[in-house]
Amino acid sequence: MNWLNTILILALAYAGAFLEGPFALFRNWLGAQITLLPALMVYTSLTSGIGTVALLAVCGGLLRDSPSENPLGVSILPLFFMGFIILWKRDLLLREHPFAQMALGLAAGAVFPLATLFLLFNLGRGPLLGWMWLWQWVAGTLTGGVLTPLLFRLFGRLRRAFEYPAMKQSSFREDREIKRGRQ
Amino acid sequence: MVAVLLSLPSRTADRLKLAISGLFLPLIGLAASTHEATAKAGDSLTSREELLRENAALRTNNQWLTFQYEQVSNALTENEQLRQRLNFRRQNPRWNLLPAHVFARDPETWWRSVWIDLGSRTPGMRTNLAVLTDEGLVGKVVSVGETRSRVVLLGDPGLRVAVLVGPNRLNATLRAGSAGARENNLLDIENLFGESAERTVRPGDQVVTWGEGGVFPAGIPVGKVVDVPQKDYGATTEARVRLSANLDALENVWVMIVP
Repeated sequence: MNWLNTILILALAYAGAFLEGPFALFRNWLGAQITLLPALMVYTSLTSGIGTVALLAVCGGLLRDSPSENPLGVSILPLFFMGFIILWKRDLLLREHPFAQMALGLAAGAVFPLATLFLLFNLGRGPLLGWMWLWQWVAGTLTGGVLTPLLFRLFGRLRRAFEYPAMKQSSFREDREIKRGRQ
Repeated sequence: MVAVLLSLPSRTADRLKLAISGLFLPLIGLAASTHEATAKAGDSLTSREELLRENAALRTNNQWLTFQYEQVSNALTENEQLRQRLNFRRQNPRWNLLPAHVFARDPETWWRSVWIDLGSRTPGMRTNLAVLTDEGLVGKVVSVGETRSRVVLLGDPGLRVAVLVGPNRLNATLRAGSAGARENNLLDIENLFGESAERTVRPGDQVVTWGEGGVFPAGIPVGKVVDVPQKDYGATTEARVRLSANLDALENVWVMIVP
């Protein structure tokens, strides 16, 4: 399942990057663009290894930066940073609980644009920030919070659809076997 | 890896971006054909009566435009003859405009750029060409792929345009002032130099491209002056401009091919 999980994550990152750039439906409706990558990174870092986290950060970051005026690769570090921190502390997190997933999604949605901005300013690229950006940031944060539990559900279903069902454990136990007849 | 990517020369980075964004082409094609199919389905529902009415209106419009075209052609011929007699050098070469469709916008709100569906396969397409709508200037082409190009719009922090302001044609530089103003389609003009600019530049004055710099040909409408800040000391060197084109709702644009 591991490779399939990684492929599904990357496929969703690709679709998410398409929704952000060339697909303007959400921008026209909400006035802000839907961002899938932070939520996807939360899911990945809670369920996969460092390899998948790094792969998602690189592929997702490049896909996100390519239709944008961002310097190519500027989104990779914030994504990897978020994924690495969650991966590092994931044994302390209640990752099965939707509330914890939502909280992590909210935090990731809020941190990702701020970390990208921090990098941009350090690179000497001065983007213009206004109310529109603030609304985009709020929408991105909320989207992260809503999408993360949904991603867990979606991937749970996909896993159940593609994985072999777990073998049912037999109730037979050797230590409780009743021996009949003479020993 | 990130350090290598960030230190790439801008040309190489642009090429890499074009190559990576090429991965979206199948989805873009799918979205376009779905949109087309939906539009066709909508068209088939239009009533015959409505079509006939629209046809009649278009015929009338066509007749009027043919008449106008005849008049303009005569004026152009006359103009050309007069130019030849006076040996007057043509200042504005004929604008060769190619239609393009905007299919993607920058996902980040802090930049202002769009993607159009014209690329190097189209003869004459290259970087540093002006992009405009019927209302006025929109931006310039900054990178060209095989079938698509990226256009940086007015209001992007990296784009400055030399303009002429008002009937006295004072030269100035157009740039994005603040994000809040930009969201209302307002940009700043600075370095507004000329004799008593505060008296000669007034709200409502037309702003057009100057033509210096080699990117934007002279005379493209940009917008109108909204206000000129009053200064107690020294000459006014700034004003605010409302752009003619609505950059938040771009769908179809023209690329000005310069021979």
